[in-house]
Amino acid sequence: MADQEEEQDNTGDQNHKPQDLPQVLILKPPPVLSVIGEESFLSNKYQFLKAWESPLPLHQFLTAHAGSIQAILCSGASPVTDDLLQLLPSVRLVVTASAGTNHIDLEACHRRGISVTNAGNVFSDDGADAAVGLLIDVLRKITASDRYVRQGLWVSEGDYPLGSKFQLRGKRVGIVGLGGIGLEIAKRLEALGCNVLYTSRKKKTFLSYPFYSDVCQLAAHSDALIICCALTDQTRHMIDKDVFSALGKEGVIVNVGRGAIVDEKEMVRCLVHGEIAGAGLDVFENEPDVPKELFELDNVVLSPHRAVFTPESFMALCELVVGNLEAFFSNKPLLSPVMDV
Amino acid sequence: MAESTDCHKAQQDFPKVLILKPIPFINLVGEQYFASNKFTFVEAYDSSLPLHQFLSTHSPSIKAILSSVGAPPITSDILHLLPEVGLVVTTSVGLNQVDLLECRRRGIKVANAGSIFSDDVADFAVGLLIDVLRKVSASDGYVRKGLWATKGDYPLGSKLGGKRIGIVGLGNIGFAVAKRLEAFRCSISYNSRKRKPHVSYPFYESVCELAANCDVLVICCELTDHTHHMINKEVLSALGKEGVIVNIGRGAIINEKEMVQCLVQGEIAGAGLDVFENEPDVPLELFAMDNVVLSPHVAVFTPESFLDLRDLVVGNLEAFFSNKPLLSKFGDW
Repeated sequence: MADQEEEQDNTGDQNHKPQDLPQVLILKPPPVLSVIGEESFLSNKYQFLKAWESPLPLHQFLTAHAGSIQAILCSGASPVTDDLLQLLPSVRLVVTASAGTNHIDLEACHRRGISVTNAGNVFSDDGADAAVGLLIDVLRKITASDRYVRQGLWVSEGDYPLGSKFQLRGKRVGIVGLGGIGLEIAKRLEALGCNVLYTSRKKKTFLSYPFYSDVCQLAAHSDALIICCALTDQTRHMIDKDVFSALGKEGVIVNVGRGAIVDEKEMVRCLVHGEIAGAGLDVFENEPDVPKELFELDNVVLSPHRAVFTPESFMALCELVVGNLEAFFSNKPLLSPVMDV
Repeated sequence: MAESTDCHKAQQDFPKVLILKPIPFINLVGEQYFASNKFTFVEAYDSSLPLHQFLSTHSPSIKAILSSVGAPPITSDILHLLPEVGLVVTTSVGLNQVDLLECRRRGIKVANAGSIFSDDVADFAVGLLIDVLRKVSASDGYVRKGLWATKGDYPLGSKLGGKRIGIVGLGNIGFAVAKRLEAFRCSISYNSRKRKPHVSYPFYESVCELAANCDVLVICCELTDHTHHMINKEVLSALGKEGVIVNIGRGAIINEKEMVQCLVQGEIAGAGLDVFENEPDVPLELFAMDNVVLSPHVAVFTPESFLDLRDLVVGNLEAFFSNKPLLSKFGDW
């Protein structure tokens, strides 16, 4: 424990004698670090080097410390580019405090022999709960009817209009991206009596859910789409006019992936014109900005990129981040390596 | 309502099914979808006669009663005036508005909505619970007020997986809720009138004990004399400051005043409520809370289940008038 105390005294002070501990660069604090608190991330196997605390311009700062930076801790707000890696030849590991890796140049990491770890399955259960919760909310208009009651309309207008409140049982739900979160979503949907279909980069041979290689085809056979895939060059604006058209007027979309997977302008247009029946959205193209047209709609549920996160999953993420870093610096196998590039 | 004399005459001969108060469900679906060649409806509310007189006048031909939530109760007085009645059909699952003892005594069959609503109500209960735990409606309001852009991130919600769920009333609905929440990695226990022999969930003799051992209570039972105000300050205290309650049963199962007080004082963490003691009145204190989700008694309603209910109501009536077994008989007589 004495080691750790010493570390705590020294972490903020750049003028001290260089430590023996390998250094982990943080360009900007990942949300989980801010929420949980840095103390939970400390270890006697490494030391954080916090770029934002230095008065030096970034380029200079990085050049000064390049020799001792062996790992980078990042998240969506602090991309890891090939240019950055070029400045840090001692880096052998990139740890991202997120499930997504679209902010990391994976090809460059692979080329440079740099390992990458992400949040593994830490968010899978909570993400699935959120996605399914949003689906139920949109189909059964839970938030809309909560608003109805709070506005005093139950008393003045009478019973909430039945309108387009859909039953879940028997609904065909197309999952876009059958990774950790997608699989957990499928399990929950089955318990609700839904029929699960999916599209993914590759068909999962161990699953019996109907697979569609084309997201448009999936939409054509689905009553609802749940977007839970990664944002990549292939998936950017993948959910477009054609997909909405295929989904149809009774179709509903839920997005817990990334805003940019959906052509947001087109989606808003479809919602406003009744070309799809509703949406549950936890992510947007330009957070925290949400298209104002959506504020007028009762068939849309808006969540400020929160639905997936819980204190428990943040704690689990913290343990995973520390676990990966400690494993790396102890020459042990990484806990949640990102395999595919 | 101009009809040919023949048609009119034939309808006159049909056994009559009494409706005491307009049934919104029938209007929503459309009266024409309840037409049958085995019975005809007679609406007491359409008549200018006082009820007792109306009933006495028509009693020889009234063979069945169609009741719904919010309609006048089917009391022994009413049944006394209608000696020809052999069946009471309700559009609800709950039968607290029917004098069941009297029906049994008189050999009057009873049919309710069976389990057609179970899935829909259970789905809604799960949705309400996720909403309360993850602050879905509250954060939707936050976004719509433009606060995400100006005030920043919304507080985190709470994890659902691993929560200990206490089901109050393990009937069709309670069971459906349990099965669903198991898929969300929750653990299930219950309290019911009697322990269920083929169920492996832990059973608690008292609701208080159940509450003390759970993180969430889901009220799925019927409203009876026994369950009236069963959920009170004592139970809510046992549930605790991190506890959440979801009610898709009847408002009066909970002592609403005490629950509101517990919520105001932070004695429990939140509530998802589809039913209230005095609908459509909802205690005003709840409007100020973002750890509460309120819905106007809609857990039951989907367009699909309405059609199922129509089939069930008409099916029960036609079965009765054809001397066939009822589709959703309640009770053992």
